[in-house]
Amino acid sequence: METKSRIDILALLLFLLIAVIGLASVYSATSNQGVFSLFEGRSGKQLMWLSASIFFGVIIFLLNANFFEVFSMYFYILFMLLLVLVLVIGVDINGARSWIKIGSFSLQPSEFAKYGTSFAVAAIISRIGFSFQNKNDIIKLATITLIPMGLIVIQGDMGSALVFLSFIPVFYIEGLTPAIILLGIFMIAVFVLTLVFSSLYFSISASILWFVFYAFTYTNKKLLIPGLSIMGLAIIFSMSVQFLFDNVLKDHQQKRIQVTLNLIEDDMGAGYNVNQSKIAIGSGGLVGKGFLNGSHTKGNFIPEQETDFIFCTIGEEGGWILSSITIALYIAFILRLFYLSSRAKKKYKRIFISSLASIIFFHILVNVGMTIGIMPVIGIPLPLVSYGGSSILAFGLFIFTALKMDATRDQDLESVFS
Amino acid sequence: MRIYRLYYVYATVILVGLLYIFRLFQVQVIDDKYALIAEKISLRKQTVYPQRGLIFDRNDKLLVYNDPVYDLMISVPIKLKGIDTLSFCQLLEIDKKKFDQHLFKAKQRSYRGKSVFKKNISNVTYARILERLYQFKGFFFEIRQDRNYKFNSSAHLLGYLGEVNKQDLETQKEGYYEQGDFIGKKGVEQYYENQLRGVKGERYFYVDRSGVNKGSYKDGKLDNEPIDGQNISLSIDIDLQQYGEKLLNRKMGSVVAIEPKTGEILSLISSPFYNPANFNIQNRGKFYSRAIQDPTKPIFNRAVSAPYPPGSTFKPLMALVGLEDGAIKATSHFNCAGQYRLGKRIIKCHFHPSNTSLKQSIASSCNTYYCNIFKNMMQASKYNSSENAYASWRSYLTSFGLGSKLGIDIPGEYKGWLRESAYYDKMHGKGRWNYARIISLSFGQGELGLTPIQIANAASIIANQGYYYTPHVIKKIEGMKSIPQKYLVKNFTKVSQSNFAPVIRGMQEVTISGTASHVAIDNINIAGKTGTVQNPHGKNHSAYMAFAPIEDPKIAIAVVVEESGYGASWAAPIAHLMIEKYLMPDTMKESSRPFLEKQMMDSDLIPYKYKSKIDKSLYGN
Repeated sequence: METKSRIDILALLLFLLIAVIGLASVYSATSNQGVFSLFEGRSGKQLMWLSASIFFGVIIFLLNANFFEVFSMYFYILFMLLLVLVLVIGVDINGARSWIKIGSFSLQPSEFAKYGTSFAVAAIISRIGFSFQNKNDIIKLATITLIPMGLIVIQGDMGSALVFLSFIPVFYIEGLTPAIILLGIFMIAVFVLTLVFSSLYFSISASILWFVFYAFTYTNKKLLIPGLSIMGLAIIFSMSVQFLFDNVLKDHQQKRIQVTLNLIEDDMGAGYNVNQSKIAIGSGGLVGKGFLNGSHTKGNFIPEQETDFIFCTIGEEGGWILSSITIALYIAFILRLFYLSSRAKKKYKRIFISSLASIIFFHILVNVGMTIGIMPVIGIPLPLVSYGGSSILAFGLFIFTALKMDATRDQDLESVFS
Repeated sequence: MRIYRLYYVYATVILVGLLYIFRLFQVQVIDDKYALIAEKISLRKQTVYPQRGLIFDRNDKLLVYNDPVYDLMISVPIKLKGIDTLSFCQLLEIDKKKFDQHLFKAKQRSYRGKSVFKKNISNVTYARILERLYQFKGFFFEIRQDRNYKFNSSAHLLGYLGEVNKQDLETQKEGYYEQGDFIGKKGVEQYYENQLRGVKGERYFYVDRSGVNKGSYKDGKLDNEPIDGQNISLSIDIDLQQYGEKLLNRKMGSVVAIEPKTGEILSLISSPFYNPANFNIQNRGKFYSRAIQDPTKPIFNRAVSAPYPPGSTFKPLMALVGLEDGAIKATSHFNCAGQYRLGKRIIKCHFHPSNTSLKQSIASSCNTYYCNIFKNMMQASKYNSSENAYASWRSYLTSFGLGSKLGIDIPGEYKGWLRESAYYDKMHGKGRWNYARIISLSFGQGELGLTPIQIANAASIIANQGYYYTPHVIKKIEGMKSIPQKYLVKNFTKVSQSNFAPVIRGMQEVTISGTASHVAIDNINIAGKTGTVQNPHGKNHSAYMAFAPIEDPKIAIAVVVEESGYGASWAAPIAHLMIEKYLMPDTMKESSRPFLEKQMMDSDLIPYKYKSKIDKSLYGN
């Protein structure tokens, strides 16, 4: 049975709208650096990369519908090899060895690794007989996601490694016990408390708390063992957080987290970016200062303002109206992608598309949160908007692959095991 | 179940979206704190540059001091409303076109709210603009320290300042330098950069849109005062240095003088030289391109970077190696019939009394004697191959600091040439070469290259009878107890002390009856050795090494004058005049050899082929 490939028009439209906002923002953010037209400098390159994405998108649509599913693991291996390669022949920029230089192009394999890993995750979960109750399956899944994370941490790019946490919501939808999310929240709480009060005070208060708890419930023997082990684990976790924080994180990473938690004030050092970024966004007001008129962004007060801090330009020049519209467009795009995933007949496609949606969501959560000072400074791009060839191309390929999968859903048989 | 979980995810996504939109509403619309900060004032950091350390000579005479230069800066974003461009251009002495060019570049280079509009503005223009600066909102000055010099001397040694380049910025470890900062390039300015530079200070203040200062930020709590750089004293004697420069004027070559007891460099000259003031920040633009086009290479520091075959100045070293290795005894004599025969090849010698002793061989520079030493050593039965014998010969010489960098405190040092036996294996085939192939090494020719500082260090070793301190120009660093440890260590050679006496006697004979006797200095016992270095590209190089007084050596010296002729004609007299100048008592004002001095100073030995292309302005003013 042959049916037509129909691309989802709404998703495509949202994609294009977001890309146009990005293009305009990059142009504005770099317009004081000797760039006088959209087609020059970094905005010109951004346009080139967007066009390249669409070009590859057309090619993806010409491929056989099952192409990606068949070659899933090969894609994964290919992108993992690139991650290894970057460690060998990569060049160091800003303290991270994340780029491979080919002539005048710099390729950032960590941007493509999310795409590659999604294939493998989708392939493994959609295998017949896979279950989140099976220990071997869980180990397999964990390995598949921890390999790229580990390699990217070795590169020195903490931010891009954290993006792989985006797979947790996907696992949750597919049946992972919600206990893992509660555990996550519990761990974040211990993490924050440890950094605010230090692990020593945390351990003492946790012990006192437990004694109080025990004093009231000592008649109930059943609560003794679980209570003790929860307390023990919390204290061990707290100590290891303290150890990792003091010994593994670099000085600037420690400071960024402390600044976000309001533990230290450092407007000239670690807090400089966030402080300047808040000033830029905050000064935008309701309607903004107008296109190309952002005095704060034009003053080059914000480092990385065309890459990780691009949202400042949107906030300053477009005000609350454009910021809200941008966020709304992203939210609509993410929701639409989750919806596309839910209407897929094949489990494989469902997981792949929801991985994309979840990854974009994580990027928005962290990137926008960082510019308005409610997340620590973690250098990950705003998808389709931040300047950067690898990021644009990787998201472009990712999105068109997902849209291709959705467009050919009518050819698929309803999965028996879904 | 899956569908319900998906709904939770939908809910979370929408919740985060709404949360962010509310938060933005709070930051952007309700709270006007940020708007106020950005609208009226922005924070600016001004760098306050420290005074760079001064440089003195060994007698505490000031050599290098600081001289302010002014950079005209502009606040970014650039607002030119209400500025009288025309009168501004008049004050700056530029036209409108130039103004637009500066403006365009300033836009491109802006960094954290400011940008350089015009660099290196003179004192006079600075004063003129400063008076009316209030009329030109957004423009302001930054002051940096350029260098200036008390003496038109020692350019190669001192080096110069330059702006940090891309490579400096990328390779720096502590993140100290920012674009536009000055950094020492070449010479002691580069080597002692970390001591000389000091620590930059910072001032934070608010500026309004037009760049006008609106008061300090947090009452100056974050401001840091700059810490001035450390002054340093060099071991150079500036009088001796200038005297040497006069002697070497209009010649290509080099003089290096070392105090043997300490390894302190007394004088280090490379000629042709240039006026160091012509290479400071304000002037270098005018002179640099001319200097690199000059075929006599005035920027090149010959004293530490140019390898020359040592020629006959190598013979004392060869004699020391021969004595130590047992190839000759102090009493050995060899017949010389004016030539040394090696099969069909003839190595010429010159006329001198035959059945030559060691002393005579040094005094009259007999090639035959050294061919014999080399042959004896290379064919000694204790070495079972030429390779082994050569390796042993080489290891004696490396203990004299040849074939590798000495580790002096002037950048650009070259290791010279002293080949490993593998080199000859490659050239002739393994096991297929013997002493006959490389006999010219025995009298300092062939695949041998020594920098003038290596030759001077060799003279210093002979003066010390077996050891040396690594040569250095640092004498004192302000605030530090001693100079770097590596300059306080005695390096011993493989030749034992007892073998030096016969060689020194030979070198003394050079200035009594030998090749340098015509330029002897009364009352000073000098041990010396002339060298005439064959040069395939032109006239021979004239070379000389010496130390004095023999009883208690205070100065060891090497002189090379390129393309000039015999060692006895130029290098030896220059070295002797330098020695006299350094050792003569304060009561004596004039040289005891005034005619010789005048002849040296007045001779122009620049080869004819270069003469028309030389840029004389480099040296002037």
